[in-house]
Amino acid sequence: MKSLAQLEQIRNKTLAKINLRKEDDTSIRVVVGMATCGIAAGARPVMKAIMDEIEKRNVTNCYVTQTGCIGVCRLEPIVEVYLPGSEKITYVKMDAEKAVKVVNETLVNGKVINEYTIGAADKN
Amino acid sequence: MELARGHVLVCGGTGCTSSGSAKIIDEFERCLKDNGLDNEIKVVQTGCFGLCALGPIVIVYPEGAFYSMVKPEDVSEIVEEHLLKGRIVKRLLYQETVVDDDTIKSLNEVDFYKKQQRVALKNCGVINPESIDEYIAFGGYTALGKVLTQMKPQEVIDEIKASGLRGRGGAGFPTGLKWQFTANAVGDKKYVACNADEGDPGAFMDRSILEGDPHALIEAMAIAAYAVGADQGYVYIRAEYPIAVSRLNIAIEQAKEYGLLGENIFDTDFSFDLGIRLGAGAFVCGEETALMTSIEGHRGEPRPRPPFPAVKGLFGKPTLLNNVETYANITAIINNGAEWFSKIGTEKSKGTKVFAVGGKINNTGLVEIPMGTTLREVVYDIGGGIPGGKKFKAAQTGGPSGGCIPADLIDTPIDYDSLISIGSMMGSGGLIVMDEDTCMVDIAKFFLEFTVDESCGKCAPCRIGTKRLLEILNKITSGNGTLEDIDKLEELCYSIKDAAFCGLGQTAPNPILSTLKYFRDEYVAHVVDKKCPAGVCKALLSYVIEPEKCKGCSLCAKKCPVGAIEGVVKSPFTIDPAKCIKCGVCQETCKFGAISKK
Repeated sequence: MKSLAQLEQIRNKTLAKINLRKEDDTSIRVVVGMATCGIAAGARPVMKAIMDEIEKRNVTNCYVTQTGCIGVCRLEPIVEVYLPGSEKITYVKMDAEKAVKVVNETLVNGKVINEYTIGAADKN
Repeated sequence: MELARGHVLVCGGTGCTSSGSAKIIDEFERCLKDNGLDNEIKVVQTGCFGLCALGPIVIVYPEGAFYSMVKPEDVSEIVEEHLLKGRIVKRLLYQETVVDDDTIKSLNEVDFYKKQQRVALKNCGVINPESIDEYIAFGGYTALGKVLTQMKPQEVIDEIKASGLRGRGGAGFPTGLKWQFTANAVGDKKYVACNADEGDPGAFMDRSILEGDPHALIEAMAIAAYAVGADQGYVYIRAEYPIAVSRLNIAIEQAKEYGLLGENIFDTDFSFDLGIRLGAGAFVCGEETALMTSIEGHRGEPRPRPPFPAVKGLFGKPTLLNNVETYANITAIINNGAEWFSKIGTEKSKGTKVFAVGGKINNTGLVEIPMGTTLREVVYDIGGGIPGGKKFKAAQTGGPSGGCIPADLIDTPIDYDSLISIGSMMGSGGLIVMDEDTCMVDIAKFFLEFTVDESCGKCAPCRIGTKRLLEILNKITSGNGTLEDIDKLEELCYSIKDAAFCGLGQTAPNPILSTLKYFRDEYVAHVVDKKCPAGVCKALLSYVIEPEKCKGCSLCAKKCPVGAIEGVVKSPFTIDPAKCIKCGVCQETCKFGAISKK
């Protein structure tokens, strides 16, 4: 160990991986619907893509979790994003490609991708 | 380490390991693989969560679901329901965490944890003790970095002094002062050492810290070495703590690999190396001079003080010796500041204290409380009270060197000075709870048996005196004692306290003195009435069948291993006291409650 910066580097590298063990309200929570309907519609590759991208981009302040069926099976795979202090964003009909975009836009930049949301889907 | 969406934390402390947590880890890994989740969910072995009574314990994050008493056959259900489908298996949750509205309470809100404050145990049960990266991610080694790059050795000592930290090994000597003495001592070479020879029966605080957070000790010892001017450290740990030894070994290797031990740490002039010395488990080796004699390779026997270790310690050089838990507080003090630390606790006892709570209590386990918490809070709020609705009789602190706290002093705040003032002591942190079925003479006898076994034999007061004490206790519990014996017992106690060579002998009579102080009537009952009020001392007991309750079913006679019960079916039976060995089987067998102890 040569410097504090080096220590900080190891710290940040690992922090993203253990962040989910810290009980605080300042993290972004990403919830993937993983009931039978979700899995059948392809939720698993979506989740995998989200996690890969989080790791690649080294997003440290978020964790990914899963939930059961929320009732709109026709719109699965569904991904909900809880940004601290703001309302839940519900993205529907996700695929791996869209998932990557969600990580980059919403998780990193804090922007909502309107066209993927449940509100946009209902208009069609 | 891969990024995972879920972490399954399985306790790998000694308590949970002995109730089968290793098997549970294997089972999780197998089930996760079967369900194709092994890339998403990570299984992490951690240190002790503290709630040993409910082990093996599994916590699943990010939900924070706290599963207790998990069996290998439960694992597939947790994997298939919780991890695959996201449905928490309520049946297996620690029931206190279940709330009516189908959500789960955060662990910090559960009674057992609510009144605790974790400083020394902050990483236990949170990180994987075998991963230095996880330790660093939770802020590890920043204190060492700060000390080496921004602080002078004297500033470090001043910070520890200002924090008010006192030694957690039992005596409560101010830690900063000890550091100052060692720093002031003149010597071409100095050592730092750690006393991890935790020997009190029932105490396992230090073991849990070593098992759950070994890097905390390494970091703190490096800080201490920098402060006092040492470059070599030793951890003296008993060989009967195999998990702790192996984790500490792994941690030392990792620290060396990262350059956190070795030459020019953080690119400064400071170099520090750390070695482990295994003890064979002799209680006397927890005494500081005996410990150092043992590290030097000699037979573990104490030597006179002064000179104190700070002046002439290991290999004749100035040595700083602290206990594991004392070191475990150091990084928090450096990171958060002395002022933060000194706000916790009472005026003269700062910070927190870890206790291994055992005996007649519902939540046996490891608790860390701010100094000044009352015994009542520990027993009833954190410990969940006494099993079977029995009455609290006393608590024993300080192990074989300590004393008991009777029920009418249950509101005593737990800190160094309050405990001393009532004839007990803080000790290293064993806390044994006793209920109405505990005989205080028998308890004193238990501790004396221990000290007689563990006396090193160097000085006569301890070698011969404790043996005589035990003989008198045996005489009393076997019904042959007299009132003069009690007086002689007390007198001998004071003589040994005055004359014994080291701390072991000087404190060995404490369990007798404190039980005599608070429970003299029990001693008197043993010698005058020839009765054991708690019904423990077998020689003073007799089992009798109450004829009006006995239905003459003959079950007790069939179960009696020595054929001491006779009678005719359907009429009351009798016990022959001459044959009876007082095993109590008849009483357990009787369906009508007709057999009683007298």
